[in-house]
Amino acid sequence: MKRTAQSAQARVSRRAFTAGLGAAGFVAGTAPFNIVRAQSGPLKIAVMLPRSGYLAQAGQSCYRGALVAPKVLSDYGYKVELVHIDCESNADVSRTQTERAINEGCQAVVGAFESGSTLAIAQVCEQRQIPFVVNVGAAPQLTEQGYKYMVRNFPTGGMLVTNGLKLINDALTATKLDAKSAVFLHANDTFGTAQRQAMDKIFPTAGLPFKLLDSIAYDPKAQDLSIEVTKVRSLNPDLLLVVTRSADAIKLVRDMVRQRFEPKAIISPGSPGLYDEEFYQALGPLADYAMYNIPWANPKSQMTQALEAAYKPANPNFRFAVECFNVGFTFEALLVAAAGHKAAGTTSGPEVMKAIHATNLSEHVMIGPPIKFDEKGQNVGIPSAVVQNRGKTPTVTLPADVATAAPVLPMPGWQKRT
Amino acid sequence: MTIAIILNVVIQGVLTGLVYGLMALGLSVIFGVVRVVNFAHGEFAVVAMYATYLLFVTLGLDPIVSLFPIAIVFFGVGYLLQATLINRFVGRSEHEQFILLVGIAIIIVNGLLMIFGPDARPANLPYAIESYMIGDVFIDKARVYAAIGAIVVSSALFAFFRYTATGTAIRACADNLTGAAVVGLNVKRLYAFTFGLGLACVGAAGALMVTIADASPTLAQAFTLLAFTIVIIGGLGSMAGALVGGVLIGVSEALASFFLAPSMKSMFSFALLVAVLVLRPQGLMGRRA
Repeated sequence: MKRTAQSAQARVSRRAFTAGLGAAGFVAGTAPFNIVRAQSGPLKIAVMLPRSGYLAQAGQSCYRGALVAPKVLSDYGYKVELVHIDCESNADVSRTQTERAINEGCQAVVGAFESGSTLAIAQVCEQRQIPFVVNVGAAPQLTEQGYKYMVRNFPTGGMLVTNGLKLINDALTATKLDAKSAVFLHANDTFGTAQRQAMDKIFPTAGLPFKLLDSIAYDPKAQDLSIEVTKVRSLNPDLLLVVTRSADAIKLVRDMVRQRFEPKAIISPGSPGLYDEEFYQALGPLADYAMYNIPWANPKSQMTQALEAAYKPANPNFRFAVECFNVGFTFEALLVAAAGHKAAGTTSGPEVMKAIHATNLSEHVMIGPPIKFDEKGQNVGIPSAVVQNRGKTPTVTLPADVATAAPVLPMPGWQKRT
Repeated sequence: MTIAIILNVVIQGVLTGLVYGLMALGLSVIFGVVRVVNFAHGEFAVVAMYATYLLFVTLGLDPIVSLFPIAIVFFGVGYLLQATLINRFVGRSEHEQFILLVGIAIIIVNGLLMIFGPDARPANLPYAIESYMIGDVFIDKARVYAAIGAIVVSSALFAFFRYTATGTAIRACADNLTGAAVVGLNVKRLYAFTFGLGLACVGAAGALMVTIADASPTLAQAFTLLAFTIVIIGGLGSMAGALVGGVLIGVSEALASFFLAPSMKSMFSFALLVAVLVLRPQGLMGRRA
């Protein structure tokens, strides 16, 4: 018996050989399908945000949006795996960390809130053929340099200013405010400078009823803005148009109160700072009546409601109403990347990028038409709304069809706030 | 443009410059005696800002009051730091001292980031948004208080060096180290005392700075650079030079912001620095080596 068994094991019949060959052929033939299945797993996305440094407040806000995104995206059938990276409000760090993330297997990048860092990331992604979706970053040159692996689901500085100036006119008309002069005060970082260039180009033809007396640049990292405010006060404008970040917006209002400078309105034609939680906490009632014309979350969208439902329990110390700008755009950037991956059915950079360029997402978070990109990778259909701080909460005041309150101008004096 | 507005700008520059001067004074005192450049100077100032912030939010202590306990604690920290660590590096090559103090600076900034996070911490003082109005000139209350605090602390330091035995001994060390050692002065103890005094100045300046700026780890580097600029302009090792340099920088930055562009004020400070280095390398009030 023993010998027979050994013989049977040792001998390979023609039938067995043919069966083995067939099995080998089957395995070899189906191997490519196995590879495809492996590639259709979750898309590994590096989320590059300035979670420390001078943009940390906004970066942390975007980060909270990114943290809740996978669950909401999963409910909509998108699979993502996020790798969270702090780019420290520094373009050089952004560049090196992007290299590192791609080397460690990230298949797409989302970020980076600030235009300087965004440019640095775009250069790396272009070289490595990795899709890059900009969440927030308005410098026009981002989509003017011919990057094939970058799309931006955020308005350019020009779009923000154009929409913002138009809405200033609407706000002045709605409140019957007679404003004859304005000063434009802006941070001198990449974003602020881009806004200034857009303002210089667009304001002369915007048909606004007031004169722009001066444009003043300041360092957003400055310890205080007392001299800047003194300079603006010496011009005595009716309106103060501002492009701020977060901490500098607080310093600005404090110095305005100290110097008893009370313009009829503080309006941002499209910038952060005036609606950050830090702004409300530091200034209390002095934060009210500041106005900003920016894209905002659509409260009527089901996806916005789903995002808010996921956000609230995860962030009990933060308000979605305050953070929906950063959270919404960060979520949408992840949505664009995830939808591209789903449509492509692969994690291959060129294939995912091709699918992203063909994006047409009608279900999304921010106010506006379906997300689509032009040949430069820019979503040109992102509108703005007039949002005003009321009771330390951002409140949509225009356009009327989405407004929850009417705009109030002129602002009450500092001493009249309670 | 009225005279009142220009006066407003100059007064703001002088008031801010006095606090800058107090901060730089600590750096100048340490270098003048110990001959070690404190590259963690701004970082210690920011630690003092956070300590002041904490005392304000937990105990309601006004920064003008809390500067005294903070200065005392910082004196102790400085004394211990010099006695246990920095004394070992006195007399070693400059790059070793540089690495040591930059290492301390990195530890401090990252420690602050870990404990407090990156957000700026404002102390919402009741007088933070109040001002005095004299004719058409507005003067911030907070800046006035901070400047008075800076003048009081600086005067106390000048008096200490001028009228006390320890102060005289420290000055002897600064003037002639060998001679001081020969007459039996405990040089290492005096070095530790001096480093303590330097940090007490920084602690007081940090506490006063809370009335003007929000506490944030990102300020540290800027403060170190600012203190260096001031002491080089005023004269490295000169106490009076530090205060004069502080006021000069404060006023020149304010005027440059107003007449040129706010974003150019740092450029103007550094232009002043370059001019002083070229025309009077020992600083405005420094002694030629």
